[in-house]
Amino acid sequence: MLNKNQFIIRGRIDWFVQILLIVSVCVAFLTLGALLFDVWVDGSPWFDWQFFNSFPSRKPEIAGIKAAFYGTIWVMGITASLAIPIGIATAVYLEMFADNTRFNRFIKLNISNLAGVPSIIYGIIGMAVFVEFFQLGRVILAGSLTMTLLILPIIIISSQEAIKQVPSGYMDTALALGSTKWQAVVRIILPQAIPGIVSGFILAMSRAIGESAPMIAISALVYLTFLPEGPLDRFTVMPIQIYNWISQPQDEFRGLAAAGIILLLIMLLSLNSFAIILRDYFQKR
Amino acid sequence: MNYSDYTKSRRRREGVAVFILKLIASISVLTTIAILFFLFFETFNFFTTEMKDGNFVKPWDFLFGTKWTPLFKPQSFGVLPLVAGTLLVTVIAVIVAIILGLSTAVFLAEYAHENVRRFCKPILEVLAGIPTVVYGYFALTFVTPILMDLSEIIGFQMIIFNALSAGIVMGIMITPMVSTISEDALISVPQHLRDASYAMGAKKFQTAFRVVVPAALSGIAASIVLGISRAIGETMIVTIAAGSTPNFTLNPLESIQAMTAFIVQISLGEAPHGSLEYTTIFAVGLVLFIMTLTLNIIGKWLVNKYSESY
Repeated sequence: MLNKNQFIIRGRIDWFVQILLIVSVCVAFLTLGALLFDVWVDGSPWFDWQFFNSFPSRKPEIAGIKAAFYGTIWVMGITASLAIPIGIATAVYLEMFADNTRFNRFIKLNISNLAGVPSIIYGIIGMAVFVEFFQLGRVILAGSLTMTLLILPIIIISSQEAIKQVPSGYMDTALALGSTKWQAVVRIILPQAIPGIVSGFILAMSRAIGESAPMIAISALVYLTFLPEGPLDRFTVMPIQIYNWISQPQDEFRGLAAAGIILLLIMLLSLNSFAIILRDYFQKR
Repeated sequence: MNYSDYTKSRRRREGVAVFILKLIASISVLTTIAILFFLFFETFNFFTTEMKDGNFVKPWDFLFGTKWTPLFKPQSFGVLPLVAGTLLVTVIAVIVAIILGLSTAVFLAEYAHENVRRFCKPILEVLAGIPTVVYGYFALTFVTPILMDLSEIIGFQMIIFNALSAGIVMGIMITPMVSTISEDALISVPQHLRDASYAMGAKKFQTAFRVVVPAALSGIAASIVLGISRAIGETMIVTIAAGSTPNFTLNPLESIQAMTAFIVQISLGEAPHGSLEYTTIFAVGLVLFIMTLTLNIIGKWLVNKYSESY
């Protein structure tokens, strides 16, 4: 039998545990607040048009992120145009056409393992394959190809989920009306799965924009004072430029790094809002 | 063209289309082959390239040597300092992530009202989506100064680039991952277990920590194992905040070098193809790859285990 005292103590422990849990959740959230605050305080004095429209420089007052910004746009553009078709095709094959053979099971297992490979490994493999073996050099195309391999598992897995979500009745109905499996997939299933595919794709792109390690392996630390004009030009991307500024000893460069981070976070935020808008648009249709 | 010819040619065209899809799907297999081939091939080159003193690196010395000085004489290639550096940061990160991630998961799954959950989940997603270079900046410019002030008060000597700061921030980085997987495991514990516990007169904390958490243990373990794997492979936080001195130490206040940070250090200098520096990053990369792959396989096995049991 519990006596009255033990009962009160248990009540107090219960209350205490709840407070403890709330505190640790708050710690996680306060950290996010501190991070954003820290970046804003350091970076906002530097975040102006001059910063956006200048090339890197040894003098912090006239340094800017222009080359890295255009590099990021180039790499992301090519990565997107490679990763979308490959990712969707693989997901469609695995979900719709792949029978349960050993090879197909192997592909599935393989993709889930690839998703867990550290990004720096993709970087050095990209360097070995695209930069050295195919002799592309340290150029945008090599960076994009590496980035494509890196985000493919994410795109494939999320597209597979999106395709799985489409009720099987759609397929059955299309087949019963005399369409072939291919027609049913392309005209019925895929349009239904687009919202899910799009949000998975944007998630993958936001991961890619912030990736620094594999891009350092491909591009190394270059000091660019020109804009890349094609996929075979050398490049730098925003996370590399930010890292470069962080590793400078002078405090002014820390401010530039923070300003770069603000720009990076704004890009991520707009990308994600765009994903939400697209999803709503497709869902309404 | 009559109808049967039409369907026949259509079927043939679709067969070709499906075959093309299959070829595209094989790209992922090619990726794996490329990763394995180049890691092993360049690691082989690493062991067959002469050092500056004319000797070769012996596999035994590489795996169990405790001195890592690849860039200056006398060259020594014992990988243990890098592994120790990585593990030191990882242990700190995992402690932080277990405290924060697990309590967040228990809070969201067992305590929080639906509205609170709906408010908290997006914030966790934002935390998960922040680029690692930003976390690195945060560690160096925000967490490290605070820790240095604190350690001065207590009377410890602390170096600007240290494992502690990197570990704490890395723990925050993997918290969303740990909490999301753990929460899924907690939610999938059947309601009747909770009901039975309450019916026995248990309080909420007893139900949560003595019934629900043990029932979801394999899922929680999976979240931690996958978190460890993520921490080991993480690059930018350790590169920025933990330093680049390969120290064979367990002191979190000292500067260390993680495996990933070493790879970045060499990559920044554009090591010439075929040089010993160039092959070194693949040897270190292979160690890293084997460690994360093993952990991922264990993690996935644990996830499957809990999804089978209910």
